[in-house]
Amino acid sequence: MKIDITLRINGRSCTLSVPAKTTLLEALRDHLGLVGAKEGCGKGECGACTVLVDGKAVNSCLMLAAQAEGKEILTIEGLSQGGPTPLQRAFVEEGAVQCGYCTPGMIMSCEALLRENPNPSEEEIKEAISGNLCRCTGYIKILRAVKKALEER
Amino acid sequence: MRDFKYFRPRTLKEALSILTQERAKVLAGGTDLLVKMKDGLLRPESVMDISFLEELKFIREEEGMVTIGALATHSMLERSPIINTKAPHLAEASRSIGSPQIRNVATIGGNIVNASPAGDSLPPLYTLEAELLLESEKGSRIVAIEEFFTGPGQSIIEPHELLTAIRFKAPRGELLTFFQKLGQRKALAISKVSVAFLATCAADKKFLRKVRIALGAVAPTVIRAREVESFLENGSINEEMVDLAAKLCSEEARPISDIRSTLVYRKKVTGELLKRGLSQFIEGVIS
Ligand SMILES: Cc1cc2nc3c(=O)[nH]c(=O)nc-3n(C[C@H](O)[C@H](O)[C@H](O)COP(=O)(O)OP(=O)(O)OC[C@H]3O[C@@H](n4cnc5c(N)ncnc54)[C@H](O)[C@@H]3O)c2cc1C
Ligand code: FES
Ligand code: FES
Repeated sequence: MKIDITLRINGRSCTLSVPAKTTLLEALRDHLGLVGAKEGCGKGECGACTVLVDGKAVNSCLMLAAQAEGKEILTIEGLSQGGPTPLQRAFVEEGAVQCGYCTPGMIMSCEALLRENPNPSEEEIKEAISGNLCRCTGYIKILRAVKKALEER
Repeated sequence: MRDFKYFRPRTLKEALSILTQERAKVLAGGTDLLVKMKDGLLRPESVMDISFLEELKFIREEEGMVTIGALATHSMLERSPIINTKAPHLAEASRSIGSPQIRNVATIGGNIVNASPAGDSLPPLYTLEAELLLESEKGSRIVAIEEFFTGPGQSIIEPHELLTAIRFKAPRGELLTFFQKLGQRKALAISKVSVAFLATCAADKKFLRKVRIALGAVAPTVIRAREVESFLENGSINEEMVDLAAKLCSEEARPISDIRSTLVYRKKVTGELLKRGLSQFIEGVIS
């Protein structure tokens, strides 16, 4: 069944006519050309597809595009509209980006954390990224990057 | 995933009417349902998305009764002052589920109706002797949580019914509670075994009055460990009691062997988790 959905993405509205089964991740990548969010597992286990919906981190692979209608969606593209954020710069400077596949999701999870809790402890940072897998960095550099971004703000 | 007819009610009334007319599969957070649909285990022709029913997203306490709307997410539960004071072990269980991304969308109603014996909110709800409100166009019924489940993935809910709320009497007086779970790793692990504990006790927090213990993932449904409960009731916690209770608890577990674990291991771990939880009280780590 084709349905019309209006999504608010990165501050803009767009209307799509897509099959009802379309996930938010498919809408972003296949219909809107926003390929920052990645598909890793497709089942909520890796976090590569993480975006913010009404300020909260969600796995866009496990949400129908229709479920996000009327909500504010923020992707990595929207986050860096005014150039890289301090968090993104810290990731680059600390070598927290290696192959980069996990990075957009990782950044969005950290962004959600910092919006809710501007002064997180190391435990809280670890908890915030517990749903994001990284096969390259061993997480140490990612933790360092988040702490650096905290210090520099 | 196969495509489907999509329904999006905006009110409970509308939702119940759709459920009567269509054999629609209910979608709440979708974290169980969409995985099953992607895997081809379920291929519904119609899906009714209830995630826009704002009236089912609440947690409140009135006259000593705590009521949770079926669409309350695990994130809402873990942060709720009501849950953290009246049922801290339920808050703990919610906090242990999946990852932040999962908890932000996954609902308590979905956790219940999915009916996995490893559903983490279930053991705490058993100890609270929670009741479930099932509604349909024809009327509503209230079912004790222990009578809701009939087996793994099986419950008495009818296709035209919606779980709308969960409620329990707020336990009174001094409380001792814990939720212990053993998974393969901390995040994103489905429980191999879990233990929820709730006791009302004397002011010194040593003498136990009423004790409720529920075990997850050790039987076809969550079960109460009634023998351990009566063993511990009206007694003080000390090391000897804890050891005996742990042994009794291992015996009361009726686990199955599956891909996640073997029977013998599960039995042993069940007692061990109880011991771990109770020992905190002796050492006074938790007060
Ligand atoms: C990566 C990952 C990790 C997970 N980790 C855990 C974990 O650690 N512990 C745990 O317990 N679970 C875990 N889960 C399972 C799942 O997230 C939970 O069971 C969750 O609470 C389900 O809620 P939902 O709203 O997403 O349900 P949905 O998927 O929307 O629904 C689940 C089932 O319930 C039915 N349903 C939902 N709401 C209602 C209602 N109100 N009335 C009638 N029927 C209804 C649906 O039709 C469906 O059959 C995990 C899942 C994933 C993908
Ligand atoms: S692709 Fe969504 S969690 Fe892995
Ligand atoms: S940088 Fe390669 S997976 Fe994280």
